Order: sequence, then C-alpha cells, then structure tokens
Amino acid sequence: MSGSGEKTLNLTLKVWRQKNAKAAGNLETHQLSGISTDMSFLEMFDVLNEKLITDGKEPIAFDHDCREGICGMCSMYINGRPHGPKQGVTTCQLHMRSFNDGETIVVEPWRSAAFPVVKDLAVDRSAFDRIISSGGFVSVNTGNAKDANNILIPKDDADDAFNAAACIGCGACVAACKNGSAMLFVSAKVSQLALLPQGKVEAKGRVLNMVGQMDEEGFGACTNTGACEAECPKGISLENIARMNREYLSSSLTYVKK
Amino acid sequence: MFWTFLSVGQKTYSLLFVKSLVNPHLHAYICSEYYRQKILFMSNEKFSKSSIGKKVIMGLTGLFLISFLVIHVTLNSMIFANDGGVLFNQGADFMSHNPIIRILEIGLFVGLLAHIFMALKLTLDNNKARPIKYAVTKGNANSKWYSRSMGVLGSLLLIFLVVHLAHFWVPTKVAVFSHTEHDTFASMREVFKEWYNVAIYMLGVIALGYHLLHGFQSAFQTLGLNHKKYTPMIKFIGSAFSVIVTILFAAMPIVMHLGIIK
Ligand code: HEM
Ligand code: SF4
Ligand code: FES
Repeated sequence: MSGSGEKTLNLTLKVWRQKNAKAAGNLETHQLSGISTDMSFLEMFDVLNEKLITDGKEPIAFDHDCREGICGMCSMYINGRPHGPKQGVTTCQLHMRSFNDGETIVVEPWRSAAFPVVKDLAVDRSAFDRIISSGGFVSVNTGNAKDANNILIPKDDADDAFNAAACIGCGACVAACKNGSAMLFVSAKVSQLALLPQGKVEAKGRVLNMVGQMDEEGFGACTNTGACEAECPKGISLENIARMNREYLSSSLTYVKK
Repeated sequence: MFWTFLSVGQKTYSLLFVKSLVNPHLHAYICSEYYRQKILFMSNEKFSKSSIGKKVIMGLTGLFLISFLVIHVTLNSMIFANDGGVLFNQGADFMSHNPIIRILEIGLFVGLLAHIFMALKLTLDNNKARPIKYAVTKGNANSKWYSRSMGVLGSLLLIFLVVHLAHFWVPTKVAVFSHTEHDTFASMREVFKEWYNVAIYMLGVIALGYHLLHGFQSAFQTLGLNHKKYTPMIKFIGSAFSVIVTILFAAMPIVMHLGIIK
C-alpha cells in the first residue's frame, strides 16, 4: 500500500543483542533512513536485517510467523511497552506511522525468569505450553458439531468463553506486568473451559494444576495493577483473573484427589 | 438429544446416549468414574504456598485491617466535637479497657503481622520473576503508579506505624498495666505541638491513602469478587473511603497543631 500519504522516517534503533541463553547481552545501536510509514514494525526489522546481512553482520533474531496478529509470536518490548505504543495490536500489526521522524526506538525481549532469551529478541515461551498441558484441555470426546450444538449454552457464557479463547499466548501480559505474572494468560485458558459444560467436568483439578504449573515455572503473583489487560492485544479482561481466583479458591476448599 | 462420551486417552470408558440434556446423576457418575480411571490431577501444592493463596491471605488481612480503620477513624473523629477531649477520651478509655476489644486487638496484631509477612514474601518472589530489568519501561501507560508501589507504600506505613504506636499505644498500655489514668487527648496535643510530628503524620496518612486507593478494590478482585454489576460500586466505595479516611486523619494533627481543637 503506497498511498499518497506515504512518508519516510529516519530512526535510531537500540536493539537487544544476546548470542544465546547464557551470554550477557547489550543494546546495540543502528541508524535507519528512508523507512516508509506504511511499513509494519517487523518489515522495518526485515530492512534492518537485510542491511546487516549485506554488511556481513549477524542478523537480529526475532520471532514472527503469521504477521497478521493471530499467532502471538512477535514478542518485542518497544520503547517500554510490549508490542509498542498502540493498544490492542501485536508487533506485526504496528505500523511505522506510529513513530516520529528522528525518534530513538529501544527494542528489548520479554523479560521474565520463565521466558529465557534464546537469542537476541527471541524468548522461549514453552512455559506456556507446559501450563496448557497441565490442564488446559477437555479429555472427553464432545461429539461432532451437531452434538455440541445440542448442549444449550447461554449466549453470555458462550460470549465470555469465546472472548477468553481469543488469547493468542503471546506473553505480552507477562512482559507488561511488574511482577512478571502470567495470571491473565492462565485465567483466559482456565476460563474458556470453565464457562462451558464440557469444561466443567474437569474444572476443579484443572485450575489447581494450571496454577500449580504456573507457580512452578517461576511467574510472579498478581498485584491487580491491570497492566496486562491494558497491553493485551486481544483485550482479555481482568474478570478472567477473578474467575480463576474463584475457581482456585473453591477447588482448594473442596477438591479431593481420588 | 444425544451426548456421546467416547474416549479418554486411547481407551473407551463410557459410551452414553443421554436423553434430553445432560442427566446430572449420570453426569456426576461419569465424572467420578473418569477421575478414578485416570489420575490426571496430581497437584499437591499447598494453598498458602501458591501465588493465589498468598494473595488471598493478603486480601483477607487487608480487608480486616480496613475494618479496624473504620472504627479507628470514627473514634478519633470525636475530637472534632471540640469539647476538650471529653467525648474522645471516653471512647479511648472504653477501647483500652473493654475485654472484647482487648482480644480483637491481639487479632489485629496477628493480622497485621500476617499481612506484612506475606507482603515481604510476595514482593521478594515477584522480584525474582524478573531477574533482568528492562532498560526502558513506561509503566504509567498501562497502570497507576500507586498500584505498582504497594510495597513501598506499605513500608512507609510500617515505619509510620512504629512511630505512631510509640506515641499513643505504648503510653496507653503502660497506664493500663500500672492502673494509672491516661489522658490520650492530652498526649495528642503534646505530640502535635511539634511541626515535625505533624509532617510525619501527613506522610504516613498519605501513604495509607494511596495504599487503600489501590488495596480496597484489589482485595475484592483477589478474592474473585468481580461482577459487572457490583465492581463499579466497590471501586467507587473504595476510592471514597480512601479519600475520606485520608482527609479525616490528616485533619487531626493539623487542627491540633493550629489550636483549632483545644
Ligand atoms: C504496615 C505495613 C504494611 C505493609 C508492608 C503492606 C504491604 C502491602 C503490599 C506489598 C500489598 C500488595 C500485595 C500484592 O498485591 O502484591 C498490600 C496490599 C494490601 N494492603 Fe497492605 N501493607 C501494610 C499495611 C496495610 C494496612 C494498615 C492496611 C489497611 C488498613 C492494608 C491494606 C491492604 C489491602 C486491602 C491490600 C490489597 C490486598 C489485595 O490486593 O488482595 N495494608 N499491602
Ligand atoms: S492474555 Fe493477552 S497478552 Fe496474555 S498471552 Fe493471552 S493474548 Fe497475550
Ligand atoms: S507474527 Fe503472528 S501475531 Fe505477530
């Protein structure tokens, strides 16, 4: 899209470089000129990487896949905020028109004990996968689409479950939280199932297991600052955290392991 | 209508055709059967060791401390009667001698200690969750500064509480145990004569105000009490409570210092 409104920017980029998980990293400065305001933030990184390769230097490692806001891979902490200055978008959906000519942009990886840096801006988010495998599923066959539709579910519950299911597992909530807490992510994954009859069967054990795994991975606790909700690209609500707390409380009080 | 339970893992456990909607008895049976077949959930984490459990203790003790504040601020407001402390001293006397209040006082200290202990534990754990800090953060873009400063505000409160107890609680205790009269109103006048004491109380009370501004509604969220209908009300009451308590407590040293209340 090269519309008539296209402008170009000159930018100073400070990017975190780190060889591997063990190495110490540092911020590296790069100058970029002629960056189109129509580019996405990741396209700007492509330009920078091409330049680095041409110069015979190591390109910057960063995660990305879909580039349309659905896979959750594009983790970048841009100028002090996950996914940059705009609300409700991932890094791949962020455009250079959100920045000013001559601006300095600092790009860091997600910072969390549970998300070790693999290289440069790429972090290992398999802690989320382990939380999901500890309980974020339904083990009974729920039948085909027709069978599922035979279970009447109130529209409000269906909507709430659907909204919770919109979580793409990007980890921006962890990156934004001063405690590196994963409560918003885990609560979305607990809620999407707890709200539906098929998920209620295993609800008690699920929340205990998922919270247990969350703690084991080294994520922090919740102080209810609301930073996660404000930075979540999918608008996952804090109501999910309250729901998870309720589920956790009642399960802790009543769950008996067979 | 049919709902088919087919398989758990690789094996087929129950194949049911349930007429109409899920039959609750069958449903319960299938659940328990399922749990017996496959011990999936092996969580043995202790509640008080879990992140949510610790927060629940934080929230409950916090709310308990708030309930004390309600009484404390009400009683102290008796000085505004401006009757030379007669009404206020009657209240203070009742509080320091009534056996039920004495027992509640022990509960108050236990609650406060639990709150402080958990605060310390949580703050240390939370710091460990981000061992390498960001070079640049814009916290104000996504949250309120005081919500991110509960530990600092709480620590200020703790320092203030030590001074505060030394000013009023210790002399009262000494008097009760030595069976002498203690004029709390007179000691207030004494303490607030000094401008630096007034300054310390202002700092303490403002720290309390911000701690409550976040803490009041946060405690409800922690306990899972979030509801579209009631949460706005809880937030409003929390803010109003914090502001009113701050103003009332802040006014006391000032009016005493200026001699408006004698
Ligand atoms: C004296 C020392 C105190 C310290 C060190 C302290 C510390 C803290 C900290 C660190 C938190 C946040 C915990 C978290 O969410 O991670 C907190 C929460 C809270 N505090 Fe305090 N506090 C103190 C006194 C008080 C007092 C006197 C009150 C009430 C009168 C109070 C009421 C609350 C409430 C209601 C919460 C919210 C609990 C929640 O979010 O679930 N605190 N406190
Ligand atoms: S809750 Fe939001 S911010 Fe957190 S992982 Fe899911 S989509 Fe990302
Ligand atoms: S690359 Fe898939 S969400 Fe950004």
